[in-house]
Amino acid sequence: MSIFVFTLILLIGAFIAGLLGSLTGLGGGVVIIPMLTLIFHVDIRYAIGASLISVIATSSGAAAAYVKEGISNIRIGMFLEIATTMGAVAGALVAVYAPTQLIAVLFGIILLISASVSLRKRQEKIISRPGKVAAWLRLNSSYPTKDGKEISYTVAYVPGGFLMMMVAGVISGLLGIGSGALKVIAMDNIMKLPFKVSTTTSNFMIGVTAATSTGVYLSRGYSDPGLSMPIVLGVLGGAFVGSKVLVKAQTKSLRILFAIVITFLAIQMIYNGISGTL
Amino acid sequence: MSEKRKIKDQDIESIMGSLLRVGVLVSAGIVLIGGVLYIIQHGSAHPHYKTFRGEPSDLKGIKQIVTGVTEFHSRAVIQLGLLILIATPVARVLFSVFGFLLEEDYLYVIITLIVLAIIAFSLFSGIAG
Repeated sequence: MSIFVFTLILLIGAFIAGLLGSLTGLGGGVVIIPMLTLIFHVDIRYAIGASLISVIATSSGAAAAYVKEGISNIRIGMFLEIATTMGAVAGALVAVYAPTQLIAVLFGIILLISASVSLRKRQEKIISRPGKVAAWLRLNSSYPTKDGKEISYTVAYVPGGFLMMMVAGVISGLLGIGSGALKVIAMDNIMKLPFKVSTTTSNFMIGVTAATSTGVYLSRGYSDPGLSMPIVLGVLGGAFVGSKVLVKAQTKSLRILFAIVITFLAIQMIYNGISGTL
Repeated sequence: MSEKRKIKDQDIESIMGSLLRVGVLVSAGIVLIGGVLYIIQHGSAHPHYKTFRGEPSDLKGIKQIVTGVTEFHSRAVIQLGLLILIATPVARVLFSVFGFLLEEDYLYVIITLIVLAIIAFSLFSGIAG
């Protein structure tokens, strides 16, 4: 297979990954890494480098559309960025020394968690449980609805959310994904944020976290331009088309299909990691 | 007071939105140009990603990448586009520092500076080298 054909195939694969990632809200990274390692037998460290860059691309691309709606909470995002960026540096450093088999198994486990999170019903419940930390950090805020009303919300369990975000950062740096699923757990389940706010805020954080770990990958030489080029362009194209069709698509059946695919990929990654064929 | 803060927050956010869009488009354009060059220069060769070797040192640092671009090396052009892409979320954080300064929210100026310091540490310290 020549580089031309290889690039073309990767471009198409990345386009599909970006499309599915944006339709299901899971991002392209969870598909990119299994695709590169399982199908094309690319070394997992090259795959992580390329995936991280595509994560930044989707995050910045989506953020440009989100900020108009004015519902992301920049203070929560920035405060929690301290946790995710510290975690990202640590995770990327561990990835340098961790055996690739261990990374593959861990990746499979995170894929399983992502699949179950994507299937879970997210309920919009505004609860009022003002905490001292949240008030001191001025995290409580409000967001506008379509009919012009302002909905106020408070933020609960800030320290717990902060710790969970640190874990999300480590996973992102170690595995080269946005770890959006873990960020959603931190903000929805622990900090009790309304999901409109947590979705957009998490998207902002994913880009900053991925940029931080990319610094380590870049200086280690894990970012190969020939590999990253079709991945970034494909994922960006797919995510763009995805955001256009999002309104029309049957997202529920799509989510179930995507969860099945991810579960299958997860089992493959774990199996290959344990048997050492990756 | 909160009324006033809201308006400023949203102004800053909308500038950031355009900043991000431009950043992503410019970087995608450069990566595309580099990609076309890459296919022309190396299209018939064979890929070698099965074994990990790490990148040659001429693609790791910002200076080396810029030198490569002036010599029309396709891989350096792609790498430049990727660097711009990496810079977009960092620029958003940097921009927030000024935003919080304008709002006189010094607690968040400090928080944002801490985040910037961690990112800078990762990008420039060469801890992984």
